[in-house]
Amino acid sequence: MLSMDKFKALGEPTRRSILEMLANQGQLSATAIAEHFQVSPPAISQHLKILREAKLVQMEKRAQQRLYRINPDALHEVEDWAKQLTEFWDQRFDALDKVLEREKKKTHKKRKEI
Amino acid sequence: MSKTKVTAEPGKQELWVERVFDAPREVVFKAFTDPKLYTQWLGPGKYAMTLETFEPKSGGRWRYLHKDEQGNQFAFHGVYHEVLPPERIIDTFEFEGLPEKGHVVLETLRLEALPGGQTKIRIQSVFQSVADRDGMIQSGMEGGMNESFDRLDELLKKNTKKE
Repeated sequence: MLSMDKFKALGEPTRRSILEMLANQGQLSATAIAEHFQVSPPAISQHLKILREAKLVQMEKRAQQRLYRINPDALHEVEDWAKQLTEFWDQRFDALDKVLEREKKKTHKKRKEI
Repeated sequence: MSKTKVTAEPGKQELWVERVFDAPREVVFKAFTDPKLYTQWLGPGKYAMTLETFEPKSGGRWRYLHKDEQGNQFAFHGVYHEVLPPERIIDTFEFEGLPEKGHVVLETLRLEALPGGQTKIRIQSVFQSVADRDGMIQSGMEGGMNESFDRLDELLKKNTKKE
């Protein structure tokens, strides 16, 4: 199951942008990430902290740098979400099946009347 | 086995939903464009659905509301880019509950007539970013999960009554 902190972490546009950057560019330092945004470096480091706590990104300290990358396990979770979404659409379409069944019967009746 | 095929490849901005219905294409198309039929299946189970605006024609608008048992409202809106009976509907989709406006999804519904009076539908949703898509899948999952729990509740109640 996807945790609530992941959901909240994904709910904020700056954090989503950070994730996209990391998805496209692999590994980036906190400084390099902060350079892409108008907001202050401390604000970015707060976002990175939330992403790290939600286990959406991984951090590695190298010398003076903090390097961030996407947590590959987070990608597997996307597949699980899709499974849950299938269930959601299945329920919706099962209801549509019933609507279509009723409509087909109506059409048959009309044809018989003609 | 699930009748619905949902495809969401990791790292992509797309989501595909496919299903075959045992009804002619005109009837399936009607279920997407007739307000009386549309409201019968679109709302997830326990939610009361209100079609506030519904103009299923090229250039028309739409807006609907879902209300849960606690009175929480969820609103969605968009415009119809193209409504081509009985084969295609292209529209935009935006969930109004997001913290930021402008996260719009482009949806294309294609209806394909199959032999034996069946119809295959494919819905392609293109999001502005991978994160947008994954966030939307997440919120869809929340709804689906709540429904599963509701069903479990009902099952438990029935079994309790038997005893």
